[in-house]
Amino acid sequence: MVTRAPYRRRTAEQDTFLARLFVLPTAGYVIVLVAVPVALAVAYALSDVTVAAPRYDWVGIANFAAVLKDQVFWRALTNTLVFTTLTTLVAVVGGSVVARLLFAKVFGRRVVRVCVLLPWTTPVTLSSVSWLWLLDPVYSPLDWVGRQTGLLGTGASVNWLGRPTLAAACIVAVQAWRLTPLTAVIIMTGLAAIPASVREAARMDGAGPLRRTLSITVPLTLPVTAVAALFCAVFSATDMAVVRILTNGGPTHATEVVASWAFAKGIDGGNLSEGTAAALFLTPVLLAAALAILRAARRVELR
Amino acid sequence: MAASQVRRRRIRRRRTGRILVHAMAYGAALIGAGPFAWSLLTAVKLNRDLYNPTHNPLWFHDPPTLDHVRYLLRHTAFPTFAWNTTWTGALVVAATLLFAVPTGYALARLNRPWTASLGTAIFLVYLIPPSVLFLPLSEVVSRLGLQDSAWSLVLLYPAVTIPVSVWLLMGYFKAVPGQLEEQALVDGCSRLGAFRRVMLPMAIPGMVAVVVLAFILSASEYLYALAFVSPTAQKVVSTGVPTELIRGDLFYWQSLQAAVVLVALPIAVVFNHLLARFVVGFTAGTMGIGK
Repeated sequence: MVTRAPYRRRTAEQDTFLARLFVLPTAGYVIVLVAVPVALAVAYALSDVTVAAPRYDWVGIANFAAVLKDQVFWRALTNTLVFTTLTTLVAVVGGSVVARLLFAKVFGRRVVRVCVLLPWTTPVTLSSVSWLWLLDPVYSPLDWVGRQTGLLGTGASVNWLGRPTLAAACIVAVQAWRLTPLTAVIIMTGLAAIPASVREAARMDGAGPLRRTLSITVPLTLPVTAVAALFCAVFSATDMAVVRILTNGGPTHATEVVASWAFAKGIDGGNLSEGTAAALFLTPVLLAAALAILRAARRVELR
Repeated sequence: MAASQVRRRRIRRRRTGRILVHAMAYGAALIGAGPFAWSLLTAVKLNRDLYNPTHNPLWFHDPPTLDHVRYLLRHTAFPTFAWNTTWTGALVVAATLLFAVPTGYALARLNRPWTASLGTAIFLVYLIPPSVLFLPLSEVVSRLGLQDSAWSLVLLYPAVTIPVSVWLLMGYFKAVPGQLEEQALVDGCSRLGAFRRVMLPMAIPGMVAVVVLAFILSASEYLYALAFVSPTAQKVVSTGVPTELIRGDLFYWQSLQAAVVLVALPIAVVFNHLLARFVVGFTAGTMGIGK
């Protein structure tokens, strides 16, 4: 048996103490402001608490039943799932491309980087305000370009945010636009971690750039890409800023998502219990997706 | 003859490849910055130029003006919003560092039996959507008498930023070679001394990344800021700009877009500066989860 260095015995006790000292404040903060509220959220959802009548009365699953009966909630839930799936797909594919572009030797690389990162580093409400103006029904430069190139008739314009399907497409586009830099940065970390020798070996074997990407860098960055997809899905499923500012759920709830609907019900409408019940619907889905993705990522990593 | 032809073809192919990469990179930059370029252009246009549908929106027909920027800075609450975002952001960053640095170190380096599962638990905290938390938290905020005060945001945001920062910092602390800390311990340092003298300086890039990330997260947050803070004097940029610079149906488009540009540019420039460090930290962190 190896004799342990004397400092080890000395530090072992210190370590336990220090570990507790270092972790407890964080654990306390998170328990008070995350775990307790989650428990409260479940309690609210099972009660009849409103802003006007804050007395707590147990009502069982009545709120969930009421939420499930609401047509708008189903619309919001479907929209959330569809928007999230599409956003994640676009952002992951776009992010994979952008991550590689950011590594490429391009003239003016620093400026390109700032431009590419802008959508993610800017507060989402502000970039949404920017998009709101860009998609203006009268003064949009996109319409002007359309008119000049003859795609639109003279004097015609597109009501970008006023038609159900088009508005939904705009929401997905803006959401994917702002999350693509995030996935790109995460995927960049994976690309940076690939040893140069691996690329070199592939080049020696005569693999071209496309071949090297498809059979080496893409498989090697799969775990990181999975994490990027997870972040994207969470951010787009829980975000309400883009919807709130661009369409406020309209036209007639066509772009309503669970987060915006829960806010409208709970805060604007003062019905705390139903709002919470609606918001809670998303949590098990997200947690299940997260665990599945993490497990898949780990399996790929171990292989 | 044949050999030189092959070589020429290879050179041509490489040149096409480089042109393609440049085109794609500039295209991505245009997509990313396009809306902001439009904002900037709008912010410095005269009304009679901007609101004339026959004018080319991408060009100036009347000379550019700084009037709208001046209006934004002098006659709107924008400076207040910017100041509120700055000081709440700074306090959130400070609190995040104070809590997350020791925890990240403990979870990465002090191998207690419970550290691994706690690391995963902390990651999962990040997945709980704010839309679930905000209704119960509104109760907490009003009990503490913090409703309608930006201090409520200082209290709540660290609950979002600490978990993600712990996760990021774990990566940095794991990346520090173990021998460095061992050596300090052999030389007679206590564990705390080794943490302070060896590990903290090594993790400075990670802390820089945390500063940026925590600031961006707190500046972007919308839901809590909208739900808990409504007086103009207490609002932050992310809620103040889209709600207060619009009077009824009348949008002060130019001033609004000036605000967007004035906020977006500084953050992006600072973040870009730190990107390289951020990339290193994220890698190590990602590989550490779920283990």
